[in-house]
Order: sequence, then structure tokens, then C-alpha cells
Amino acid sequence: MSDTPLVGLVLVSHSREVAESVARLARGLAGGGVLAPVEPAGGTPDGGLGTSSEAIVAAARRADGGAGVAVIADLGSAVLTVQALLAEHAENAENSEHAENSEHAENAELPRDTRLVDAPFLEGAVAALVTASTGAGLDAVAAAAGEAYAFRKA
Amino acid sequence: MAQVDAAFLRRWLGRVSEAVGREAGRLTELDSAIGDADHGHNLRRGFDAVAAGLENEPPATPGAVLAFAGRTLISTVGGAAGPLYGTLLRRAGKALGEEREVPDERLGEALRTGVDAVGQLGGAKAGDKTMLDALLPAVAALPDYAAAAQAAREGAEATVALRARKGRASYLGERSEGHMDPGAASSALLFAALAEVAAGE
Repeated sequence: MSDTPLVGLVLVSHSREVAESVARLARGLAGGGVLAPVEPAGGTPDGGLGTSSEAIVAAARRADGGAGVAVIADLGSAVLTVQALLAEHAENAENSEHAENSEHAENAELPRDTRLVDAPFLEGAVAALVTASTGAGLDAVAAAAGEAYAFRKA
Repeated sequence: MAQVDAAFLRRWLGRVSEAVGREAGRLTELDSAIGDADHGHNLRRGFDAVAAGLENEPPATPGAVLAFAGRTLISTVGGAAGPLYGTLLRRAGKALGEEREVPDERLGEALRTGVDAVGQLGGAKAGDKTMLDALLPAVAALPDYAAAAQAAREGAEATVALRARKGRASYLGERSEGHMDPGAASSALLFAALAEVAAGE
């Protein structure tokens, strides 16, 4: 634990292997020194291809150090599930007088500053982790990840 | 017009669960033609969890029934149908508020709100060969439940000729033509079940 909390990163893929591998690759490419937390959330609970909202929420809570959490998703249901969770989260925050929901909130809720970042999965993960590890805030991490769309390859 | 209470909506979702269980093979078959062959089984897992949850701890208001069902689908389906149907029901539930009974028209308005939210979430429009091609005509026909079921069925049938513009099927281009969209097919089941429950009242 460093003094200043770092933005955490969550990688949501249809595949557990892809999420874990990209997390490992990003850690490897981000170099030495203090690394921001990066947590994979890949596949369904039974290990199949798909998206698990529980895995996403759990990963976000592990990645949360108090500076916010950037989520990068691969495609389809991974993106839609994060968006649906964020919409629910925003509504619950809006009317937090909902007493019956606060019980769920304990372990089923995303951390307060969780943001879905519009970025390519692998390149965005590397850019986000490098940026987050410098101590940059959530806006800068999101921007760096999104800029990865602009790296032309041919 | 008739009033809708929590028990009515619990019966609806229970019947959806039965229908999805019965039709899971067909839905997955439709999805194997143009998708990733998981729609029926994903939905069955989701609606089984909805039905079980509603039976164990029946919420007291129509809004709470739909909100519970929506949250459950988001957390249990595992494919794109989870957040899409989950958002539909959750937003509809929120729109119903906390009253213990609402008129049919209010349920219709709430489901229209939910379907609008599906469009926003997925970014699809009518004619993109998605569940919206069944959902939009269905909610437009509410509060006439029988007309809504027929509109959903016809909307689903009409997706056969369309080219997919959203989701994995869109990568197939013209090869997506000639197959019914699995999401539109499951949406037709939802509204068929609603009409059956309403007819039994």
C-alpha cells in the first residue's frame, strides 16, 4: 500500500484466460516499480465464455483503493453488463433512501468511482495500467486508455 | 381497465420461465445460426433464477417484482440478453414506483420505458434485427395484451428477412439474412406469456 491510492483497473472479457493473460501482459509491460491494481474478470462462474456480473463487481472491489476504478471490457455482453451495472449503481446512489437496497449494497455494489472506459481491450489495458501506476487520476487513466485507439498499425 | 398487482407479474414471469425452459433448445438453435449458440440456455438459467427467487421471497409490489427480476437477469444470464432484458425489467419496475396495484395502462407505459432503455443500452434501432424488432411493436400495442403478443410474434417473424446490424450477427453481413433473430424470438415468448396470464384472469 502506497500513501497515495492508485486508480485500479478491471479487465472484463468473455474469457477467463483472456482477462488473466491481458492483466499479466499489462503488468509485464508496465515495468518495475509500484503498479496499480489490475484485476481480471473473465468468463462465466463455471469457466465458460460469457460475462459474470458478480465477477465484475468482485474484481472492481478488489481493485478499488479509493482513487476510482477504470473498467475496460472486450465486447458485446461484457460491455453491456458493465453499462447495466453502472446504470443501476447510479440510480441507487441517486435515491439512497431505498433501505431495502442498502442490504444488497454491501457486497453487490460497484465502488463509488467506477467508470467504463472506451478503449481497445489489450492496448487500453497497457496504457491504463502504465498511467494509473504513475499516480494519475481516473480522468487521465481513462484518456490514456482511449488514446490507444489512435495508435495506427498499418 | 383491470388492475395489475404483484401476483399477476409473478405469474407472468413464472410462465416466461416455463416457456423459456420449453423453448431453450429452439432459441439456442436460432442463436447457433447467427450468434454464439448460448441464448436459450443463458435465458433459461436467468429465468429459472427469477422464478425461484420470486417464489422464495415474493416482492409485494409490481415495481419490486420487475426490479428484482431485472437485477436477477443481469447477474445470472451471462450473455448480452442478461443486461438487455435485465435493464428492460429493472427500468420498468422503477417506473411503476411503489404502489401495490397499477392499471394496465401504467404497466404498458412502464414496459415502454424499459424498452426505450434497452434501445439506449444496446444502441440498436428498429430494423437492426434485434430483440427491439419484437419489443417495440409489442409495447406499442399495450395495454391490449393479446395484440401485443401478436405484434411481438409478427415482429420476430419479420426479422428473418433482415440483415443484422448489431451484435455478433452483424459480422455475418448478408449471411445473417434468412434466420430469425434469437432475441426477437425470446421477446415474443415474453409477450405470449403476458397475454396468456392476462387471458386467464
